Amino acid sequence: MTAELSIPTPTTEEDNVVHHHRRWQDYFTFSSDHKVIGIQYFVTGFIFYIIGGLLAEGIRTELATPDPDFVDPATYNSMFTMHGTIMIFLWIVPAGTGAFANYLLPLMIGARDMAFPKLNAVAFWIIPPTGLLLIASFFLGPAQAGWTSYPPLSLLTGKVGEGIWIMSLLLLGTSSILGGINFFTTILKMRVPSMSMMQMPLFCWAMLATSALMLIATPVLAGALILLSFDLLAGTSFFNPTGGGEPVVYQHMFWFYSHPAVYIMVLPFFGVISEVIPVHCRKPVFGYGAIAYSSMAISFLGLIVWAHHMFTSGTPPWLRMFFMITTMVIAVPTGIKIFGWLATMWGGKITLNTPMLFAMGFISTFVIGGITGVMLAAVPFDIHVHDTYFVVAHLHYVLFGGSVFGIYTGIYHWFPKVTGRHINDTWGKIHFVLTYIGFNVTFLPMHILGLQGMPRRIAMYAPEFQGLNQICTYGSYVLAISTVPFLVNAIWCAYKGEKAGDNPWNALTLEWQTTSPPEIENFEVLPVLTTGPYDYGDTERVEEPPKVFTNV
Amino acid sequence: MNIPSSIITLLLGIGLTLVSLWYGQNHGLMPVAASEEAAHIDGLFNAMMTISVGLFLGVQGVLIYSAIKFRRRPGELGDGAAIEGNVPLEILWTAIPAAIVLWISIYSFEIYNEMGGFDPEANGAHAMHSMPSGKGSAMAATMDASMAGMPDSSKLMAAVGVGASPANQGKPAAVNVNVLGLQYAWIFTYPDANITSGELHIPVGKEVQLNMNAQDVIHAVWIPQLRLKQDVIPGTPTELRFTSNKVGTYPLRCAELCGGYHGSMVTRMIVHTPEEYDAWIASQQQSTQAQADIVKQTIAMNPANMSAGTYLAPYAKEMGVKPEMVNHLHHDMNMSIASATK
Ligand SMILES: [Cu+2]
Ligand SMILES: [Cu+2]
Repeated sequence: MTAELSIPTPTTEEDNVVHHHRRWQDYFTFSSDHKVIGIQYFVTGFIFYIIGGLLAEGIRTELATPDPDFVDPATYNSMFTMHGTIMIFLWIVPAGTGAFANYLLPLMIGARDMAFPKLNAVAFWIIPPTGLLLIASFFLGPAQAGWTSYPPLSLLTGKVGEGIWIMSLLLLGTSSILGGINFFTTILKMRVPSMSMMQMPLFCWAMLATSALMLIATPVLAGALILLSFDLLAGTSFFNPTGGGEPVVYQHMFWFYSHPAVYIMVLPFFGVISEVIPVHCRKPVFGYGAIAYSSMAISFLGLIVWAHHMFTSGTPPWLRMFFMITTMVIAVPTGIKIFGWLATMWGGKITLNTPMLFAMGFISTFVIGGITGVMLAAVPFDIHVHDTYFVVAHLHYVLFGGSVFGIYTGIYHWFPKVTGRHINDTWGKIHFVLTYIGFNVTFLPMHILGLQGMPRRIAMYAPEFQGLNQICTYGSYVLAISTVPFLVNAIWCAYKGEKAGDNPWNALTLEWQTTSPPEIENFEVLPVLTTGPYDYGDTERVEEPPKVFTNV
Repeated sequence: MNIPSSIITLLLGIGLTLVSLWYGQNHGLMPVAASEEAAHIDGLFNAMMTISVGLFLGVQGVLIYSAIKFRRRPGELGDGAAIEGNVPLEILWTAIPAAIVLWISIYSFEIYNEMGGFDPEANGAHAMHSMPSGKGSAMAATMDASMAGMPDSSKLMAAVGVGASPANQGKPAAVNVNVLGLQYAWIFTYPDANITSGELHIPVGKEVQLNMNAQDVIHAVWIPQLRLKQDVIPGTPTELRFTSNKVGTYPLRCAELCGGYHGSMVTRMIVHTPEEYDAWIASQQQSTQAQADIVKQTIAMNPANMSAGTYLAPYAKEMGVKPEMVNHLHHDMNMSIASATK
């Protein structure tokens, strides 16, 4: 055990001696400090989020009227292709696994850095050039076949854009695998000796489950993309029916990764919510073991449900039934988490500050995505709504209502740790209310559109759908505006916010036991666990409740 | 005025159940159901909706209640109760969802069987291919076949999709229609009557079988009022069997992204009374001669040299296609044919 501990990984000896203070240049260079890399991931991701969001606003503007009058239909297809790709691979995956996991994991387990700090930096530095490459393809005839890029359509819509798209995803997948190796090893091998697996914060369990998925599923996507690139560039026929290829095989390989990808995008935020709720409710998390194991169960089940995306692709009936049942079963561990969080709140002393509101918003919206997920698993119903706006609504309730609400929850919760300053709570609440309203107005009506007969990925639609589409479009503008108070608040308070102190929430996990922002190697002396991560409600330990900071 | 909390909980539970049951039956979110199977799928949806509304209201209710009841009052110090879990409760909220999803699975299984999902004839060899091989003949071959009333492809090689409901399994459908999907139109061929149409006409109350093929990329036939959808895959024949029980005109939309004008790949399915249907067949057969001439002409032109726009022009009107679309088609098809035949 002690041998594992002796990895206080300074990048170089020189680093250890010279850089006692963080320099701003660190954030723009090949730094191997996990905290710098975490911030690099987040800021990069947020820039791509804004780009992806602007594309979404373009999509909604086009859909305000039934006719393709805002952009031409081919451009429209490129816009939603890029929107999906950017949001998934350059925002949510890097924000969840890159930013939060990098910043928090070593702090939470009492390590000085990740297991492989250089690899960590390599994983990050793949992302900015790849993102720029992908966006540059917009000027060279971008990919237009959706983020799923099904052949044969993807083989027929322009070689350059599609080639760049494949190349970008291969690189981003590589980055993801490198990250996964790091998280997996760090969680298993770098904990302080006093911390057993069952004393890890739940975020670590969530990341253990996530990194397993990253390592198992991502290589299969790479395989699919490499074969697709052969079909595209070398004229082979793995998936091209014209030469006897089988387009459905691509779908299997694609979804073998891309369903687990949903959990890669949402499991880290299950972890975030499990961290945030006990702190602001001042209660132990309800059913630690159940929540920890349910992450692992979701991770395993997530690997055997992929063909629920293919119920209309000519999948044989017994397979459809198999994938229906496995998909339905995922509702059970997911339910365990949601009920666990609610029970944690029950009887607590809840401080209704911004992180808590976002956490509650997460539960409130994610539960809708979970419910429609079970509905979509039912084969006869899925046959009706597959590839419709019902699915668009569902996936945004999972990836925005889940992941993005989770990102904001985490940002407001750990802002004082990362910057050493408080973020303004009043503006945070304004941000929350605008986001919550904008989100639901944008995506709730889409369920109805899908049920009524509107397919997804269309630039022109039947006039009877216009009313609801206009509501969605207005909602999306509110959602866009909601980002402004956040950005201003975050940037302003990072420099001018009220000093927060080391542990403003009186939280018990290890990241709060060091300075804010944490010193370069996290802990002056390696911490020893005196309490479990969620031992709140101890009557002997009368503490001050977390304060709400409103003045800047 | 001191009502015990157990009674309040009970009343709330009853209220929640009643609201869920009412909304599950009266949500009005589905379009008209034009077949018996569609009505059964609606039954499944209503059941899921009932459970969902209960769960949704329960979760939101607990969130709002906790936010009010358990919020920290000004000046309040200290922590909440040190409760770390409750095993019986945790078993309960594991077991109940498990039972619910199991029940939904069994219910779905039954409905899927009724729809004909398990028809062995609709689940045949996946690996067989009907795609003609390269050299620009793709178009000509499919055209020849569909125009001349091609031998029902599903008899030559088993298709996949949704087949006959258990009562009709093993019997041929009353009406067979060959469906060809191409960017961005549907072509329906009636092999028995030797008719080609841009719209799907079917008789009410008779079992219809669609034998579907795609020419270029994956499309999907979706008729929302039948709750039926099946991908139409180049190289892999697929099928749909259904019996509509409601006369009317319904949209038939492409549901799988197939290019820029995917959204306009829409036509109509017209469910006729039997008399109307016969009359329509007769009127179409009269004009078949004219159509045949066009076909001869175009085949004589060698389809390999013919653009999709030219090929589709005679059908543009009846398919509800706008002229500008045909021009786009022209461009897109040339591109796709060029790369497909490389
Ligand atoms: Cu999935
Ligand atoms: Cu289509």
